[in-house]
Amino acid sequence: MGAGHAHKLYRHGHSPVHDLPPHCKLAAVFCFVVVVVSTPREAVWAFGLYALLIAGVTALARIPAGFLLKRLLIEVPFVAFALLMPFVVPGEQTHLLGLSVSVPGLWGAWNVLAKGTLGVAASVLLASTTELRELLLGLQRLKLPPLLVQIASFMIRYGDVITDEMRRMSIARRSRGFEASGIRHWGVLAKSAGALFIRSYERGERVHLAMVSRGYRGSMPVIDEVTASRTQWAYASALPLLALAVCLVGWTV
Amino acid sequence: MSTDPAPVPPSLEVSGLAYAYPDGHQALFGVDLTVGRGERVALLGPNGAGKTTLVLHLNGILEAGAGSVRVAGMPVDKRNMAEIRRRVGIVFQDPDDQLFMPTVREDVAFGPAAGGLRGAELEERVMEALKQVGMEEYAARPPHHLSFGQRRRVAVATVLAMRPEILVLDEPSSNLDPASRRELADILRSLDVTVLMVTHDLPYALELCGRAVILSEGVIAADDRTQDLLCDEPLMRAHRLELPFGFDPRSVTVNSG
Repeated sequence: MGAGHAHKLYRHGHSPVHDLPPHCKLAAVFCFVVVVVSTPREAVWAFGLYALLIAGVTALARIPAGFLLKRLLIEVPFVAFALLMPFVVPGEQTHLLGLSVSVPGLWGAWNVLAKGTLGVAASVLLASTTELRELLLGLQRLKLPPLLVQIASFMIRYGDVITDEMRRMSIARRSRGFEASGIRHWGVLAKSAGALFIRSYERGERVHLAMVSRGYRGSMPVIDEVTASRTQWAYASALPLLALAVCLVGWTV
Repeated sequence: MSTDPAPVPPSLEVSGLAYAYPDGHQALFGVDLTVGRGERVALLGPNGAGKTTLVLHLNGILEAGAGSVRVAGMPVDKRNMAEIRRRVGIVFQDPDDQLFMPTVREDVAFGPAAGGLRGAELEERVMEALKQVGMEEYAARPPHHLSFGQRRRVAVATVLAMRPEILVLDEPSSNLDPASRRELADILRSLDVTVLMVTHDLPYALELCGRAVILSEGVIAADDRTQDLLCDEPLMRAHRLELPFGFDPRSVTVNSG
């Protein structure tokens, strides 16, 4: 069993941002990302302002900057791709630090880097101020197809159970002297994966049986209704609205 | 409709129940079983005797090939399926199958909420059920962070929350350590509800149920006081039922019933 009693992404706390209803936050982050993505890449200053906005929300949520920056590391693989762009994109060449790079490539890299970082930062903020469970309620409230919400909620519930099963199978393999060391052993691993799939499938059937036994008829009953007041919506919309203002200025200037 | 002369119909009335799986394998050959209201009955039987098949008939998951099942006088059929599923609370063997919601509270609320209960009334029902099994402090916890014994207790609460007529427990003592086993027994004894307990754990059956039935090869082979059944060695041997080493059912004074 895992030791952590809350999900690693979430940072427990009480702040105006934590207290906002989940569907308001989801909508706000979504709109913010859309606005950021539709900003012209030449308006470099606009991205600076967006970063300031994010920093403001972070301070309001009492999330330490170090925490946020560390979570941003997830972006690294995409950064690597962005850094390649100035060297591979054809076009007008210029010299930077003694290297010959292409101008459109540089703009492309900047575009991916700035927008990506802002989007990831906004999502990290959302994840660290909203519990997974609440996020699901929010998605449900935002009328995401109920089947998708159910699947996501079962993923959260059974992720640990299945990981545990996988770990037990691996221990059983090793206890009988098996070490996966090369391509010859892939067959064994593939069979284990198959067995795990069948076990999970059968568990799914048993869970379904237990659900039907308690009156499930195709849709999840609403147990927690999340509601938001007009003020809370106004509060949540501050971030995307400010960003929208910046974006509009960015297009006109 | 009911021709039962008794003022209170029995919690469970199974008569002539036969069932064959779609692949042709016949599991039940005419089962007759009546469980009166408030009774605690153990359903004993070797592996493959058809115990699970019988249990799945009680709330209409499987449809009887022949014969009938009545719960509190109400026939199990398509028309009153929702009511039947509320009245028959099945606690499955693996609590990880039974507890599928992200938190204990929501899981216990699932049954009553599916029945249409909302708001404060729902909340009250959830807390009541959790109190009955002594788990009210764990309402906000995700089920996978509880110990196995605690999960089993929550699983019992999930069906108690539906205020069932009859509680059907599938191997309630399996995988429990002795302390959790005893705690669960105390809880089951404290409940004012009819219980049908499917088990291999004969001392547990003796401890909790005054009456026991043996299901063997798809029929009820014996139906008597639990202690008398366990003491009948030839009968026990004939149905592959064995007492644990050193356990003598004669040496125990039973006060259940």
